[in-house]
Amino acid sequence: MQKILIIGATSAIAEATARLYAARGAALFLAGRDATRLDAIGADLRVRGAASVDVFALDVNDIERHTILLDAAWEAMGGVDVTLIAHGTLPEQRACEESDGLALREFATNGTSTIALCGTIARRLHAQDAGTLAVISSVAGDRGRASNYVYGSAKAAVSTYLSGLRQRLNASGVNVLTIKPGFVDTPMTKAFKKGLLWATPAQVARGIVRAVDRRRSVAYLPWFWAPIMLVIRSIPEFIFRRIQL
Amino acid sequence: MASRGQSWGRYPRASHAIAGVTNRHAPLPAFEGTALPHGNGRSYGDSCLNPGGTLLATRGLDRFIAFDPATGELRCEAGVLLGEILEQVVPQGWFVPVSPGTRHVTIGGAIANDVHGKNHHAAGSFGHHVECFELLRSDGSRVLCRRGNPDGLFEATVGGLGLTGVITWAQIRLRRIHSPWMEVETVRFGSLAEFFPLSAASAVDHEYTVAWIDCLARGASLGRGLFMRANHAPACPERRPAAPRERLGMPVTPPFSLVNRLTLRPFNTLYYQRQQATSRREVVHYAPYFYPLDGIRDWNRMYGPRGFLQYQCVLPPDAARDGIAELMREISASGSGSFLAVLKEFGTRESLGLMSFPRPGTTLALDFPNDGASVFTLLERLDRIVDAANGAVYPAKDARLGGDSFRRAFPRWEQFTAFVDPRFSSGFWRRVMENPCKKS
Repeated sequence: MQKILIIGATSAIAEATARLYAARGAALFLAGRDATRLDAIGADLRVRGAASVDVFALDVNDIERHTILLDAAWEAMGGVDVTLIAHGTLPEQRACEESDGLALREFATNGTSTIALCGTIARRLHAQDAGTLAVISSVAGDRGRASNYVYGSAKAAVSTYLSGLRQRLNASGVNVLTIKPGFVDTPMTKAFKKGLLWATPAQVARGIVRAVDRRRSVAYLPWFWAPIMLVIRSIPEFIFRRIQL
Repeated sequence: MASRGQSWGRYPRASHAIAGVTNRHAPLPAFEGTALPHGNGRSYGDSCLNPGGTLLATRGLDRFIAFDPATGELRCEAGVLLGEILEQVVPQGWFVPVSPGTRHVTIGGAIANDVHGKNHHAAGSFGHHVECFELLRSDGSRVLCRRGNPDGLFEATVGGLGLTGVITWAQIRLRRIHSPWMEVETVRFGSLAEFFPLSAASAVDHEYTVAWIDCLARGASLGRGLFMRANHAPACPERRPAAPRERLGMPVTPPFSLVNRLTLRPFNTLYYQRQQATSRREVVHYAPYFYPLDGIRDWNRMYGPRGFLQYQCVLPPDAARDGIAELMREISASGSGSFLAVLKEFGTRESLGLMSFPRPGTTLALDFPNDGASVFTLLERLDRIVDAANGAVYPAKDARLGGDSFRRAFPRWEQFTAFVDPRFSSGFWRRVMENPCKKS
């Protein structure tokens, strides 16, 4: 039986992923801000076949409480095999340009808090010499764009941090997985017009579970974002600065 | 989601503001004008549309709340599909108590249309199996609705076409089964006159009965078809076929209807002639038995860009034999119709909803490609036969019925209007309430 810890468990992608693990009969530990929604998701996962579900209300920016959360998860399930860090917000870029305080708060939610969690979790997984740390970053972290660079820079920090962590833990039994979804149709992106490139949370969730199972390092989801981002990363800056993305 | 803001018949087309409902504990999203809950968009006409207004997309309410495998009591959010319920409960020996011809409907939609299935003569309609549900109204109030409560909201909401508020969750009673298989017997019958005694005899010892009819057969063969009667199979039937995987689909909409004069008659004749024996028995998985069309993803596209209209009506027992024959004569003379035309005798169990469609009598359902003009004339001729027989047309399938016919067939509409949420409306509701019937 797999033991899965999900942080940011009320996000649409996290919930869809949790359902796949529940169908396998996994034990789940869910952390998120909204206790009522966590309870609703927990009840759902029990009906869907989860061996056990525990929930923990937490604001990830409350970094002091990360240890309490992890102690509770390890204790409730008797260990953790897979940790999925899925929390995040989509800041309003324009508002961040007007307010440095807001920009830093958004950076803290999407970047700093995740890095703090990864550090603590990596120590625990390293100590048990087994397990997977899977983190939802974003294609937005591959290159800064005018429309979204506060979010993008926080995700870039996370991706770079994970890349280094992966090197460090390469010889251990711990796998570090960077998940880079493209556009996903979730409540976080409800203000956007949806087109061909958009994926559903269920599609992304299947990709996450597959990448965890295969111990992949980086997973672009859906796969076609890998070639798209390869092109975007290779555009010379003197051209890129003139494009409005 | 492609089906957002569209009904299954793809007629009429309408544009909406769409607001997602994903958290059952949260208040309704803010909206201007009127709103209407919209589940998976499997109603055929405009009862799930609110042109120019807002659709409250409830598919995001897709969480289970509790399931007791000992008693079969299931509580879940209103956007859960019947198919998602079956996936969870069939392996544990339970089945949905009533199922329409597709499993891609939400539980909220099943209640709001008080849907029926092939077991109506034995089990009634969906509302009979609903223990309770929560209704969220536009003023922010939440009401726990139970059958017989003095507020009357249960009876108004069952069959209430989403107009009384948003159902956030519901509790239903499932039916015990011993295996996922069905024992099906298909009996060929040569005319409408043979259908009625066959149906009466079959209802006694079969939980599920329905007939496919050749909608183009005429004269002595009028109403010929295949009668399918079935029961859930015991724990270990002699044959145990696997569930088929959904492989087929209509990836694009063809520029014209694939159901037309050239294809319809050969298909119907071959389908009828395929079975030469009078009776054939087989064991099949529940999925192809209950949901043959779910095997073809987006099958509604085969009617082309203009979509199609489904016509389903029920005629009371005393008028059914003559009335159904008259309807069949009109349809076969028109040369239009569909591959799948079904005939079923309802039972006598009284529906619980003020506006429920199921009632004693015989129900006929079939699709017509939207050819722009002549189909509407044909359907108006069918309306007049239904009116004369004091029958009813099914709102969930309808996109064009006149208000007079609707109000005659649903005489409790006046009582119902008191329960309609003042900020809720639908294309269907405005049509049957505001436009006087065109008399020709």
